[in-house]
Amino acid sequence: MSQLICKNISIAYEKENVVDNLSITVEKGDYVSIIGENGTGKSSLLKGILGLVALKNGQVIFDEGCSRKNIGYLSQQNPMQKDFPASVYEVVLSGCLKSKGLRPFYSKREKQLAMENLKKLGMDGLKKSCYADLSGGQKQRVLLARALCATDRMIILDEPVTGLDPVATADMYHLVNKLNKDLGITIIMVTHDIDNALKYSNKILHLHKKNKYYYGPKEDYLIHGGCTEDCCASDVSELPKTALDEERITPEELKYGPADSECNNPTCQCHHHMCNKSGGDR
Amino acid sequence: MSIFEEIMGMFSYSFMVRAIVVGSLVSLCASLLGVVLVLKRYSMIGDGLSHVGFGAMAVGLAFNQAPLIVAIPVVIIAAFLLLRVSENSKIKGDAAIGLISSSALAIGMVVNAMSSGTNIDLNSYMFGSILAIDKSEMVLCIILGIIVIGAFIYFYNPIFAITFDENFARATGLKVEIYKTILSVLTAVTIVIGMRIMGTLLISSLIIFPALSAMRVTHKFKHVMIMSVIISMFCFFTGLVASYLLELPTGATIVVSNLCVFIIMTIAGRIKVKA
Repeated sequence: MSQLICKNISIAYEKENVVDNLSITVEKGDYVSIIGENGTGKSSLLKGILGLVALKNGQVIFDEGCSRKNIGYLSQQNPMQKDFPASVYEVVLSGCLKSKGLRPFYSKREKQLAMENLKKLGMDGLKKSCYADLSGGQKQRVLLARALCATDRMIILDEPVTGLDPVATADMYHLVNKLNKDLGITIIMVTHDIDNALKYSNKILHLHKKNKYYYGPKEDYLIHGGCTEDCCASDVSELPKTALDEERITPEELKYGPADSECNNPTCQCHHHMCNKSGGDR
Repeated sequence: MSIFEEIMGMFSYSFMVRAIVVGSLVSLCASLLGVVLVLKRYSMIGDGLSHVGFGAMAVGLAFNQAPLIVAIPVVIIAAFLLLRVSENSKIKGDAAIGLISSSALAIGMVVNAMSSGTNIDLNSYMFGSILAIDKSEMVLCIILGIIVIGAFIYFYNPIFAITFDENFARATGLKVEIYKTILSVLTAVTIVIGMRIMGTLLISSLIIFPALSAMRVTHKFKHVMIMSVIISMFCFFTGLVASYLLELPTGATIVVSNLCVFIIMTIAGRIKVKA
């Protein structure tokens, strides 16, 4: 059951396409990690999905009760919020903005929802605290609670662990995973943390330079290494199972491809392990 | 004569009553708008717009037009441009404000000097004048006050969301552009009216000071809003009374009063943190 279908979307800034002809389908309950180097259009893609930037081409279609109006969004940390005078409760309650509609004030039900979500993320004790005084990890919990007020279906996160210490990072991944597994909320996350992306998600979207991309299940990704060339994108399922396990690439090797594994195939520009060994003659 | 009687004597002048009505309403509007503008890092827009207002008024006077009729639409357009330009253009917001405000001021002075036969004292526009308010401006100001208060009560929650996190607000489907346009129009009108009392050079303090003073001592958005309105009104009245009793320029006295409150609030904030 597809919740989100992106059909051949392109996003351009001043004529240059940052996302070009990209098509993905996200099912209900998926946990999609979007990885790739800087400047490959990860954040732009999210903004295109959310409708924050205009699409040059293509379509974003929501289904299964999902729509632009009930997606939770956790944006990159905004430096302006550093000294913002707002209580935790005020921030979380602002997630109910959509359901409030044209009424001037929040209803009892919405206030309850805000409290429930604060409890879910263990922040109810700090509801009167000033948002600006919280630690980085606590801030992200608050923003996650706000996102939960806006949706019970899909949350889109843009580099949620940037600037967090290792403990807070692990904590954040654990929380997001819990929301995904326990509440069945679809997760789409941009991250640079490949280890955790591979640990928790079930689908990977790896954006490459020159607008190439890999999108598919994590299991296939571990073999392909996100390579988009024909030599590598051939049918993985035909390989014997044992071979697959042997050839499986560890996350360490995967970090945008080990430098020593240049592809032997003269037409293939990729940098990955598997490609090096089989030279495209699989 | 006691001080009390002297203050009561203030109200016997009709120009004083008009100044009090307009001044307190402008203080109120400016402090509410100021919280949003300061938090969104648009504080200097008030300064830029008042310069544009000055230019427009000077040009209007040179062509024998009522100053407000020329200034209000011009400043609204400028506000609209500044808020847009600071987001999209290659010239960054602060530089854009600098360009626009000094250009407007220069054009105003040049046009005024070229037009023969005008003997309007531009000085009163620079530093404001308590005598400048006429009846039509008072009516306009009352209408503006009602609109601003109404808008901030009714749209309090979306305004909070946009100020705190514009992208999130937009992602939940809020028409952010409409709210920003409304805010810029209200800011423009507030500044044009306020600069008659406060003057071109001092009006931006009405926007910046109360919000900053309130933020020293309270850390909840709603409290900051309420607090800055109270501070702004208080400073206006103390400034006005002091300027009347001591025969000081009104605008400048109000700014000094704001400065004193800001210093007191900063100290109070420090003590609060330590306690």
